[in-house]
Amino acid sequence: MSLAEKYPEEIKRILAKYPPEHKRSALMPLLYLAQREKGYVDNHAMNEIAEMLEITPTEVAAMIGFYTLYHGEPAGKLRIQVCVDLPCALRGADKFLADLCANLGIEPGGTTADGLVTVEPVMCLAACDKAPVFQTQGPDGIAYHENMTVEKTMQLVEALRESGKEVK
Amino acid sequence: MAHILLRHRDIPDISNLEVYKKNGGFEAFKKAVTKMDPGDVTQVVKDSGLRGRGGAGFPTGMKWLFMDRDNWPHYVVANADESEPGTFKDREIMENNPFQFLEGVAIASYAVGAHAAYIYLRGEFWPVAAWLDEKIAEMEKAGYLGEKLFGTNYSLRIYTHLGAGAYICGEETALLESLEGKRGQPRLRPPFPPAYGLYGKPTVVNNVETLTNVPLIIANGADWYKSMGTADSAGVKIFSLSGRVKKPGNYELPFGTTFRQLIYEYGGGIIDDRPVKAIMAAGASSSIIKVDDQALDTPMDYASVRTLGADLGSASVIVIDDTVSMDWLLNKTIHFFKHESCGKCTPCREGNYWMLHLIERIHGGTGSAEDVELLKSVAKQIQGKCLCALGEFSTMAVVSAIERFPEDFKKAVHS
Repeated sequence: MSLAEKYPEEIKRILAKYPPEHKRSALMPLLYLAQREKGYVDNHAMNEIAEMLEITPTEVAAMIGFYTLYHGEPAGKLRIQVCVDLPCALRGADKFLADLCANLGIEPGGTTADGLVTVEPVMCLAACDKAPVFQTQGPDGIAYHENMTVEKTMQLVEALRESGKEVK
Repeated sequence: MAHILLRHRDIPDISNLEVYKKNGGFEAFKKAVTKMDPGDVTQVVKDSGLRGRGGAGFPTGMKWLFMDRDNWPHYVVANADESEPGTFKDREIMENNPFQFLEGVAIASYAVGAHAAYIYLRGEFWPVAAWLDEKIAEMEKAGYLGEKLFGTNYSLRIYTHLGAGAYICGEETALLESLEGKRGQPRLRPPFPPAYGLYGKPTVVNNVETLTNVPLIIANGADWYKSMGTADSAGVKIFSLSGRVKKPGNYELPFGTTFRQLIYEYGGGIIDDRPVKAIMAAGASSSIIKVDDQALDTPMDYASVRTLGADLGSASVIVIDDTVSMDWLLNKTIHFFKHESCGKCTPCREGNYWMLHLIERIHGGTGSAEDVELLKSVAKQIQGKCLCALGEFSTMAVVSAIERFPEDFKKAVHS
């Protein structure tokens, strides 16, 4: 199904934010919409967005390559993105990332065998006073998890594994 | 002293429209639209001495005055891209005192004759954008946004726009490119945004904290605002304190508060009571201040911090204790800038690539004294050759760490 068929109201609302002669501004919100379901933007959606905004598919692909929150490839249903930048690292973020990955049996950047969770180190999340901190990126958008421990994180992953629903 | 920006700490429910109204909310916007000329509003902000809180410290009223009056429509864009490592103040404002920020956007828009304003939030602030959308809808319903406001001919709409994870989009022209649906790469300047901004139209880009100051400046006047802070840096500032302190967090204090007060009185001192070794006052973009008593007693305002060979920037104060070696620290900052360089300017793109190789070697224990010299040389060759400040920022910690902490690098290449 095309995006236009799936999300007619959302698309209308997004386009209304920008002057009609500058509808390319809708590209970023449309990309979020396109990766809502599967966690990445497939070629089909890329072409549809290009057509909708009267730009080339290459211009759309360049956006996905440039911005870290857009993904051109599938990964775990939920991405756990751990900040390991300087202020967080001063408060134990590197160790947190290593311990979390060891607990999940993956390398940083890797995905669990059941395809549920991908853990990746990311740049500053603007929550330096609440390290260790990560954000989760999944079908329902992005959420912050602050002052985290490996134990709390494993509970979160277990809850997801059991419910299955929230990460559909 | 009662807070001016972090008012939710004194009035917990201030994100409720009725509570905000009861505490003087929207009175400044109403006063501006119904009783003041746009030029008068700009004049008050100019007289208040308010300077941009995003890092550059440019006088806000001046920026508004620069708007090209022969080219319309005008736009206001709030920079909520907050991505400097060590900065986390704008998020607290938007999450807890959203109406004061939105009122600031509205007053700025009136002052420059804009009928549409965009709030550009970093993509990670997804829930914050949804929250602001709710608050904007509440303002529309209550008649503070929309058509013919307060019975005048002035109309205004505010929209949120989410970025998608790119530090460079905090740079105002990269931000505008991104808002136009393009890769966030800085434009050649001049022309500056007040002449050529969003869609090529005159645009004011102001930081969230800057705009959040505006309602109370209009309500209480320029002299009230100037009575706080220092001659060079009027008013209050939110200092984001992070790193090896016991109580990291945001502290709203007058400009001129000393590092010592911030770290020890407010931050509770250093973890395990160790000595402070260094301070980065402007996040990862800082020149690193080597700490002694004189540095600790330096007032935090734009001019005083400069006497230490550093900048105050967005006042994201990262505290480093004596457990940290500078080669480890540079490995962190260079990784960051290597990742965030947008790739447009060769010195920044290639320079950071090579700096990363060098610091990995030095920090990994296989580097030589020549590598340290080469690292400094690469950094110096990036300086002054890039379109935006990112290239410059990427070298600040490198050069200052090597010059001010040579012993750390001697140890790294000999161990």
